[in-house]
Amino acid sequence: MLTAWAILADGLIYASWLFLIAAGLTVIYGVMRILNLAHGAFYALGAYTAATAIGWYYGGSGDTHMLVSYLLLGGCALVAGALLGAAVERGVLRIMYGRDEILMLIVTFALLLILDDAMKLIWGTQSYLPYQPYAEMGRMNFDGLSVAYYDVTLIAISLLVGLGLWYWLERTHTGKILRSIIHDREVSAAMGVNVKRMFTITFMIGAGLGAAAGGLTAPAISVAPGLGAEVIVVAFAVVVSGGLGSIGGAAIGAIAVGLARAASVHLAPELELFVIYAVMATVLIFRPHGLFGQATARKI
Amino acid sequence: MKAHKSLSRWTRGVTTAGSALALAAAGLAGMTATASAEEDTFRVGVVAFLSGNASGPFGIPARNAAEVVIEGINNGDLPAPYDTAGLNGLTIDPVYIDENGGTSQQVEEFRNLVERRDVDAVVGYTSSGNCLAIGPVAEELEMLTIAFDCGTPRLFEEVESPQYLFRTGLDATADNIGAVRYLQDTRPDVTRIAGIQQNYAWGQDSWRDFQAALDTLMPDTEIVAEQMPQIFQGNYGSEISALQTARPEIVHSSFWGGDMEAFVTQANARGLLDTATALLTTGESAFYRFEDRAPDGTILGGRGPYGVFAPDNALNRWFTDAYVEAHGEQPSYPSHKMAQALLGLKHAADNAGAEAGTKPDRDAIIETLRGASFESVSGTVRMDRADGHQAVQDMVYGEYHYDSSEGPRLENVIHYEAECVTAPEGEDPVEWIEAGFPGVDCE
Repeated sequence: MLTAWAILADGLIYASWLFLIAAGLTVIYGVMRILNLAHGAFYALGAYTAATAIGWYYGGSGDTHMLVSYLLLGGCALVAGALLGAAVERGVLRIMYGRDEILMLIVTFALLLILDDAMKLIWGTQSYLPYQPYAEMGRMNFDGLSVAYYDVTLIAISLLVGLGLWYWLERTHTGKILRSIIHDREVSAAMGVNVKRMFTITFMIGAGLGAAAGGLTAPAISVAPGLGAEVIVVAFAVVVSGGLGSIGGAAIGAIAVGLARAASVHLAPELELFVIYAVMATVLIFRPHGLFGQATARKI
Repeated sequence: MKAHKSLSRWTRGVTTAGSALALAAAGLAGMTATASAEEDTFRVGVVAFLSGNASGPFGIPARNAAEVVIEGINNGDLPAPYDTAGLNGLTIDPVYIDENGGTSQQVEEFRNLVERRDVDAVVGYTSSGNCLAIGPVAEELEMLTIAFDCGTPRLFEEVESPQYLFRTGLDATADNIGAVRYLQDTRPDVTRIAGIQQNYAWGQDSWRDFQAALDTLMPDTEIVAEQMPQIFQGNYGSEISALQTARPEIVHSSFWGGDMEAFVTQANARGLLDTATALLTTGESAFYRFEDRAPDGTILGGRGPYGVFAPDNALNRWFTDAYVEAHGEQPSYPSHKMAQALLGLKHAADNAGAEAGTKPDRDAIIETLRGASFESVSGTVRMDRADGHQAVQDMVYGEYHYDSSEGPRLENVIHYEAECVTAPEGEDPVEWIEAGFPGVDCE
């Protein structure tokens, strides 16, 4: 029974982390049709920014408060990610619009490598451990199994992010415009929608979400070079399983992968890595466009 | 117009000939310069992780150590027996190469060092995979190569009769036999053991050796959980839950670098280390970084008598002072291991029988290093296994304790003699462990 509870708790925690990363990736693909490999770099930027902010905050002599540290983790990362996102979209991606999706994939891969090296120049090669918020929040104990409150909070945050994205896309004027772009970019432009401006906003939000995911994860991990490249592969497995461009799909994909992985860690640890991709392969066998993906006619 | 064309053709001809002459002259000058450099200097390829995840904990400390020791040797600053400048009087000319990029790239870089950079020796390699790939190539190209850090026990299984390949550090088998002996001496009553390793050769070999030694030395123990997460995973929440539900008394881990620090931080925050003691075979590399993130009593190894486990001798005092002065931090075990490899090279070059100030013959250097016994920052090193190509030394373990006002310290440090942690010459390490360590008395 304890193992079952552990699988459920671990699965949901891992799923919330996956969803936070995958949400930004999904928003960008859904609106802009860009498979953004540079998302890993935004995640890493968020983690490094949060590590620096936490180091500064806890390095001072004054009192510290959990709420402030949480705001620092998410806020600094979000701002850094959104600003870098704007620079990347305006400076690089804008001149590539209209090109083949594969070319955009290569361009964003190049950006991932360049940004990874740039972060090495700024933060060096030593790892950072901004663990204080994670340790300070404490933990709950259940018959010998402990769960960190920080991780539980992460589940709540990912729920809020999911609901916020749904509300933004489904219930706001901007969301309506974005959905019209998703349906048909050219017709939207013909109807007077400033598609380029919406692309900038979308990319900033997607990049900011990726960076915020990194910032909120930073206290639970070792922030080290290569962080972004490690994350992007599993994030893609999630969004492909859920259906590229679908927020709901990303959430279901994250839960499926999270629970499957947690079950594997507890019951068959040697299959841990395999099981993530087994979930993806199984989904794609039966639904080639993912759980919530839709087949679209190819324009000639 | 015609005259102009002829003049133009003539001008082009002269220009081409002039350029060719200039290039030839430049090439000749370059060759002369190279030849001159070859006579005056001893060129050493130094290979360490300068980028990627292994650069922070291993590569950069090793490169820093190489800079300190090479400068010290060139200036003649080292204490006896290395108090003469240079390698047999020749200035060391280091060529630093990044070990990151995978085995194929490293083989290419190695060939480049030998065939184009014209090095006299290569010192390097932390990754076991890179060591296994480079070993046969070093033999093929007949290049003196000293592996300073990689821990794979299979290195001299792949290169069965080594001529050019040496390793001046210990292998992972010694780490894990030492770890079990430490448990036997300090916690003889523990029965519930768990393990968490990175899922690649290093983690799997370490766990195999640890389990084999445990079966032999502490047969009443039981493995209650084993986890093999992906390398560089970073977040070990699920694995920590799985370990917690198994209720171990000891958690053995060969994790290194950021993975190790992240695991200890998370396991401590989650309360796993309230009830279980972590045994970290490479824990020394974070000795000055753990602070209160690792609980008192955490068992640390340093892959031998290196880093904070190094003895208080003249060479170590010089090295530590010079390293701190140059880099503003204490050296960790990869730094000591790099220093040791370079000292081994100096010992061999100085004693190869060449006239002072001249370059010793490569074969003479190899003959001197084979089976040698030389002084190092970690004490005396004996090249006593794999036909004199593999070092043997004592293994050391101790407990980490931290005080916010005094900093970290070690307690209950125990040294294990080299013969107690390293299989005799020619014996398979796992078979030797399973047979009950025949031929040695370490009680």
